Amino acid sequence: MTDTPKPGSSSGSIWTNERARGIVSQVLLVGGIIAVVWFLVSNTNTNLEQAGLELGFGFLADQAFFEINQNLIEYSSTSTFGRALLVGLLNTLLVSVLGIITATIVGFVMGVLRLSNNWMVSRMAGIYVEGTRNVPLLLQIIFWWTILTGLPRVADSLAIGNAVYLNNRGVRFPAPILEPGMGLVIVTAVIGLIVALIISGWASRRRVATGQGFPSLWVNLMLIFLFPVLLFLLLGRPLSFDVPVPGRFNFTGGMNVTPELVALWWALTLYTGSFIAETVRAGILAVHRGQTEAAYALGLRPGQTMRKVVIPQALRVIVPPLTSQYLNLTKNSSLAIVVGYQDFVSVGNTALNQSGHSIEIVAIWLAVYLSLSLATSAFMNWYNSRIALVER
Amino acid sequence: MTEGFHRPQTEMIPNRAAPASSVGIVGWVRTNLLSSWVNVGLTLIGFYLIWLIVPPLLMWAFFDATYIGTDRFACEDRVGACWVFLDQRFAQFLYGFYPSEQTWRVNIALIMLIPALAPLLFDKMPGGKYLRWFSLAYPFIATFLLIGGFGLEEIPTNKFGGFMLNITVGLAGIFLSLPVGILLALGRRSQLPFVRIFCIGFIEVFRGVPLITMMFTAAMLLPLFLPPQMSLDLVVRVIVVVTAFASAYMAEVIRGGLAAIDRGQYEAAQALGLSYWKSMLLIILPQALKYSIPGIVNTFIALFKDTTLVIVIGLFDILNIGRSMVANPDWLGLGIETYAIIALSFFTVCFSISRYSLSLERRLDTSR
Repeated sequence: MTDTPKPGSSSGSIWTNERARGIVSQVLLVGGIIAVVWFLVSNTNTNLEQAGLELGFGFLADQAFFEINQNLIEYSSTSTFGRALLVGLLNTLLVSVLGIITATIVGFVMGVLRLSNNWMVSRMAGIYVEGTRNVPLLLQIIFWWTILTGLPRVADSLAIGNAVYLNNRGVRFPAPILEPGMGLVIVTAVIGLIVALIISGWASRRRVATGQGFPSLWVNLMLIFLFPVLLFLLLGRPLSFDVPVPGRFNFTGGMNVTPELVALWWALTLYTGSFIAETVRAGILAVHRGQTEAAYALGLRPGQTMRKVVIPQALRVIVPPLTSQYLNLTKNSSLAIVVGYQDFVSVGNTALNQSGHSIEIVAIWLAVYLSLSLATSAFMNWYNSRIALVER
Repeated sequence: MTEGFHRPQTEMIPNRAAPASSVGIVGWVRTNLLSSWVNVGLTLIGFYLIWLIVPPLLMWAFFDATYIGTDRFACEDRVGACWVFLDQRFAQFLYGFYPSEQTWRVNIALIMLIPALAPLLFDKMPGGKYLRWFSLAYPFIATFLLIGGFGLEEIPTNKFGGFMLNITVGLAGIFLSLPVGILLALGRRSQLPFVRIFCIGFIEVFRGVPLITMMFTAAMLLPLFLPPQMSLDLVVRVIVVVTAFASAYMAEVIRGGLAAIDRGQYEAAQALGLSYWKSMLLIILPQALKYSIPGIVNTFIALFKDTTLVIVIGLFDILNIGRSMVANPDWLGLGIETYAIIALSFFTVCFSISRYSLSLERRLDTSR
């Protein structure tokens, strides 16, 4: 080493004192940040003044003057900017929830298939995974949208069983109509679900304490499905469907889903599904072989081994990255803007162009997405601490 | 000597061959395709799917396709794909609006990328020591080649486009985000509270929001934040935002690498009397970075795919060039072909990088 410290060169100076150095560097950092922020803020103020704009969220109460083609709550061009953003946020949540459900199913199926001992099956799952995760999501969204909008016109819709129609304006399918009494059925199902959760908690606690089993699966299935179905039949099937009927120019009845939503949903499902498949595969592989072998040695059947030994341990590995995949899906749904699905970012962008309040809109974006992300990491921390207790 | 049962065995019995049903192609098929009735069924379904998909796809893509012509009308009487645009628009897909007599500069920059990356990708390279210096100099050489100045004709960045724009933004992002990410990762583990809070805040904000909102920020807010006389080029703004975004992810990857290092290494560095920066640069970071390489590569793949997002602020990367070509009356209705080609370009790059990262992971794993 050429640069051994020369004795006395710097002893006693402020540089050799770790605490003092720490304080100095932090003061420099904070000072730097303050200087940069001050520089930016003063620039912004001059720029805003020149453009004649004022900061403030008051514009959210102004009339928005633009249409949104898919609104889950009442909205028209006379509504306010605030309401428009809310409609956009609901659209984001809608496609995210739909995407999370289907991507989870696709991901778990493909992850398990990729581990199949059938060469053909594992290769096909592998082709799906590599083929979707190595292509930009934006490209996939545009691709599916191109295909969907290339479908026949409304008059020549492709029919599936005279109930579902595909055309270049999207998918039209029967709309469920809730008749009086259906609410009761739904309430029964929800109560059944809650009771089932309580029962399975109680059953697992009792099994740990006494070793006695309880057929909670069957009891719970009965609670969640059998009672509501019986009630449904007793009340005379209080549910009917409004089936779309092709007219000369358009359909009467039914519900329509836009090609934008379908393309986005489908692309998000396939793209995130491939990442979830990899997560699931890694999770199952992370469970030591000895666990399976020990379970067989104890006389458990393969199904039981999977359900009671492998999956609980694999889930521990799978759930944290899975939640971050869900978060990624939600964030990625903002790519909706390129195909014209009016999600939170897209509506925000329109509002920004209409009102000129760019700083406020970006602040709202940041606030909303950050709270989603913080909520997710809070869940992840909670889950990690919960499973940490289970560990030996 | 009687022929009988008591004759002692003096020679080894030669090894018998394994049963014909368990080796060779037959054995492979039996264990991998036909091991149970369920598997037989799955294999049959697999073959059916292949038969359903592959022949029509080949017919469409190659045998029924049209290759030569000047616009889509050359393909009107064909049922297969129309690859005419490849011949006509290839340069635009690669270089965007870069002046055609200057594209040799892009080509040279791309070719020089190979020796620049080689010492980073492979451990044992002849002359690797000198190549490493070249790798460090490469970003500056490439910038000079692409933008020009000092005798070369200057090309404004709004002429950048096509796949070259994706590669430029991706490489610039990864190159710049590595040092920033290292600093952020060290800052997040720092004892100094303000440094730590600042780094956590930076990382969480950029990881928490979609890149698209950051793109809009780059396009619409940055000009508001800067003095009016100081106007930053749009491509530069995009690179700044992409760098900030990627360095937040990079910081988390490197933090993982730092956490994987044994405490003893930190303590030994302290015991040797090394200062914080020296112990980091000489002892900790070389090991931590080695462990983080797979994560860094994955960040790069994600970043490279995300470069297509420049489309939302009106830059013409390969995807946007394709998209606007498809909207052109001369090429209307060629969406599937165009997007397939673009997808293939990205797939080739990303898939080979991810394979490389896998092999690297295995190599690092055995060295541990």
